[in-house]
Amino acid sequence: MSYFYLVLATPFIFALLVPILYKKINPRVHTGWFVLLVPLVLFLYLLSYSAEVYERGAIYLSLPWIPSYDINLTVTIDGLSLIFSLLITGIGFLVVLYSIYYMSKLKEALHNFYVYILLFMGSMLGLVFSDNIFVLYVFWEVTSISSFLLIAYWFEREHSRTGALKSLLITIFGGFAMLAGFILTSIIADTYSIQEMIGKINVIQSHPFFIPAMVLILTGAFTKSAQFPFSIWLPDAMEAPTPISAYLHSATMVKAGIYLVARFTNIYGGVAEWFWLVTGVGFVTLLYGSINAVKQIDLKALLAYSTISQLGLIMCLLGLGSAALYFDAGNEGTVYAIAIFAALFHMVNHSTFKGSLFMLVGIIDHEIGTRDIRKLGGLLHVMPISFLIALTGSLAMAGLPPFNGFLSKELFFTSVLQAAEMPFFAMGTWGHILVAAAWIASVFTFVYCMIVVFKTFFGEQKTDKLKKQAHEAPIGMLIPPLILAGLVIAIFFYPDILSRYFLQPAWEAVLPSFAENPALQIEISQWHGMNREIIMTLGVVAAGIILYKTMKKWSNIYYHYPKVLTLNSIYELIVEEMEVLCLGITKRYMTGSVRDYLTYILGFIILIVGGSVLLLDGISFNMSGNSEVSFFELGLLIAIVITAFTVMFTKTRMASIIAVGGLGFLIVFIFVLFRAPDLALTQIVVETITTVLFLLCFYHLPKFKKEKTSASFKVTNVLISVGIGIVMTIVALSAYGNRLFEPISGFYKNSYEVAGAKNIVNAILVDFRGFDTMLEILVLSMAGLGVYTLIKLRLSRGKENEETK
Amino acid sequence: MKKPNDIILKTVTNVAVVIILTFSINLFISGHHNPGGGFIGGLAFVAAIVLLFLVYGIEKVRKNIPLDFKVVAACGVLISVLTGTAGMIFGKPFLYQTFGFVEFPIFGKTELATAVLFDVGVALAVIGTTMTIIMSIGDDR
Repeated sequence: MSYFYLVLATPFIFALLVPILYKKINPRVHTGWFVLLVPLVLFLYLLSYSAEVYERGAIYLSLPWIPSYDINLTVTIDGLSLIFSLLITGIGFLVVLYSIYYMSKLKEALHNFYVYILLFMGSMLGLVFSDNIFVLYVFWEVTSISSFLLIAYWFEREHSRTGALKSLLITIFGGFAMLAGFILTSIIADTYSIQEMIGKINVIQSHPFFIPAMVLILTGAFTKSAQFPFSIWLPDAMEAPTPISAYLHSATMVKAGIYLVARFTNIYGGVAEWFWLVTGVGFVTLLYGSINAVKQIDLKALLAYSTISQLGLIMCLLGLGSAALYFDAGNEGTVYAIAIFAALFHMVNHSTFKGSLFMLVGIIDHEIGTRDIRKLGGLLHVMPISFLIALTGSLAMAGLPPFNGFLSKELFFTSVLQAAEMPFFAMGTWGHILVAAAWIASVFTFVYCMIVVFKTFFGEQKTDKLKKQAHEAPIGMLIPPLILAGLVIAIFFYPDILSRYFLQPAWEAVLPSFAENPALQIEISQWHGMNREIIMTLGVVAAGIILYKTMKKWSNIYYHYPKVLTLNSIYELIVEEMEVLCLGITKRYMTGSVRDYLTYILGFIILIVGGSVLLLDGISFNMSGNSEVSFFELGLLIAIVITAFTVMFTKTRMASIIAVGGLGFLIVFIFVLFRAPDLALTQIVVETITTVLFLLCFYHLPKFKKEKTSASFKVTNVLISVGIGIVMTIVALSAYGNRLFEPISGFYKNSYEVAGAKNIVNAILVDFRGFDTMLEILVLSMAGLGVYTLIKLRLSRGKENEETK
Repeated sequence: MKKPNDIILKTVTNVAVVIILTFSINLFISGHHNPGGGFIGGLAFVAAIVLLFLVYGIEKVRKNIPLDFKVVAACGVLISVLTGTAGMIFGKPFLYQTFGFVEFPIFGKTELATAVLFDVGVALAVIGTTMTIIMSIGDDR
């Protein structure tokens, strides 16, 4: 086993340790200092891999997990997974450092916070590294769940809970769709490995299920990456503590969808449907996010919408880049392949500047006590360092030099302009619309960047509206965003280091067929002369400044949009209707009476078992091979019948309980007669315990009396009981005469050689079918806890409920 | 209420409980080659404690066995899962079990199987769960 797996498991192992440690060291030392080690070590370790991948190409590792189902922990370490994992651990390190100062060790439940963060970090790393689609899916859902837990971290606030629920509903919905897509793909390609699927592109693309599978997988990616119309969960996710917003909801988790699209571009890309779906949704999201961001008054909501728009930008770049796969390889495709490079580049840039901006908003919120831009202003003199951070982040986001956003924005314009002239995929006039949309979105991006800087740091200070005296943040909170801001500038001046060692391998991982082409060394330059891109940027700046200055005059338009038509109200309507519908259906059959449930269960048995016996012509009584019924057996049978009738006709409940127990013990004798000691032993103990349990419940049962019941109730009971009796008798009798499959008992015969056990029954339990047993005891424990909570909660809350009635 | 005269029951119980407990452990250990195993052993163990319940009352037993049986159940499940992962460290699949023969000074040649460790988890989970259920229902007065 490679050490790599152990490293991947570290976040989970640390997550186990955190609560224990928290009890020991809190509040002397902030738990974060301990957690800080994990991302740091992981980052350095993964960095060492990037050199290896750069020199020798991708590394593949495999560890059997459930080999009988062909589920293996296969790991792909290539440029794409490395760039994501470095973002996860790098930003993770800064966020944890930041959180040490942001989260008070005296007031907050830090152990929960860090357990969730580590859980997220581990599953996100698992997501980007795993090659098996089902392992990927499991990690994908764990990130959704940890995100849910983190959004609801301040669960006493109602907004946190609704926001968390919303994100969970939407992302899990997408996750299920994605799972369906994965299953379809695995059926088509007959493999669970992404790498093996790449080898079967022709089979996949010519299959009739190709389009459904593609749409389902993209649904998963779009929900996770907050693409239109699933984007509504992201603004509500801002109820999470700011370090979480910076980490999950801007830098890493929302990029899981980007990762998925990038990973599957090679398999699904190159066709018009993929191109238009990804590009189209990306463009709509880009426009939707940037236009909505401008009207926000909460700084964090503004950043949330801007994240949506930037994610849309990356998504549409990935879509544009997939056009390269229309050509097999070679030079025609390369002009479009640049878009993929731009997507990866912008993703890294976005993580740096958006991370720093979120941390800045956290600082403002923490030090001033509000994020409302109407109450902010004139902070320049009070918080000069924060101003620097805001300036770098915003101008990078707006796409101005000398910041990294400028470089990727130029690449974005280049890609869009090239795609507009594309002679295939029915581009036509759509090309011009795309260019216009990209430009308009950039203008709005510029406007909200101006809002972040000017509304917060310039103008008059509104001290009377603030609860706290404004002052600069502690140095520990400033260092992480300053590091990110430094990166923003450093990447602008030295983009080639990032490009050569990280982006280029990642790009080759997305489009391996282009990797062999030696001519493809993408050079990022700060200045390429007065070309169309520069002119577009200048236009963005000019239009942006005009729009910002005249904002008061046109911002009223936003309020004319009918509220009923917003995505949020549609979502609420759907959820409400679903609740009503489900409640209606559930109330129909969940009557709360155990008798009804027994009727369902037994009726179902009659239908399914009896029905299948009838339909499969299973009724055949073949008594020829039977041995003589011995004297003991006959005696036991008579005793059993007598006891059964005693249960029915006895007058007291105590007697019937004892009779039921006696029935069980009589069956033990049957097992003994047929030499099944294991069964006999189990039956004895189970019967003993259940009889005791029955006696314990005895106390709570209502008085045993003759009941007056309706005729229909009696008829149903008779039908059910007679039906069950007949079906069971038929099944038992015909089981001997029918043999549909080869018996499997032969497999277990050599248990002594294989498992070293002479007792086959136990060898089956703990070895051959160990997985079953493990899950069984898990279910058993859960059932036990269920009984415990049902009884204990009722006891402690019973009085409260009665009072409130 | 009149105190029941249960001196015979108590005396028999005192002896019987020891026998049942010993038997349950024997059942557990012999499970590898003879009838028995974690599930039956665990349930027989519970049967002994249940007998104590019936004779001495729930409070007295709780005082003398101050165990949180929910934790016991959780530990059992944890042991089973962890022994399952142990195989993965040696590059084998999850829940891989193995066995070997070791020479001990008194017992002679003895078979040791990792499956027994897994079975310990099963037994603990069964004991913990059953006791949790019985005690919560028994408590609910």
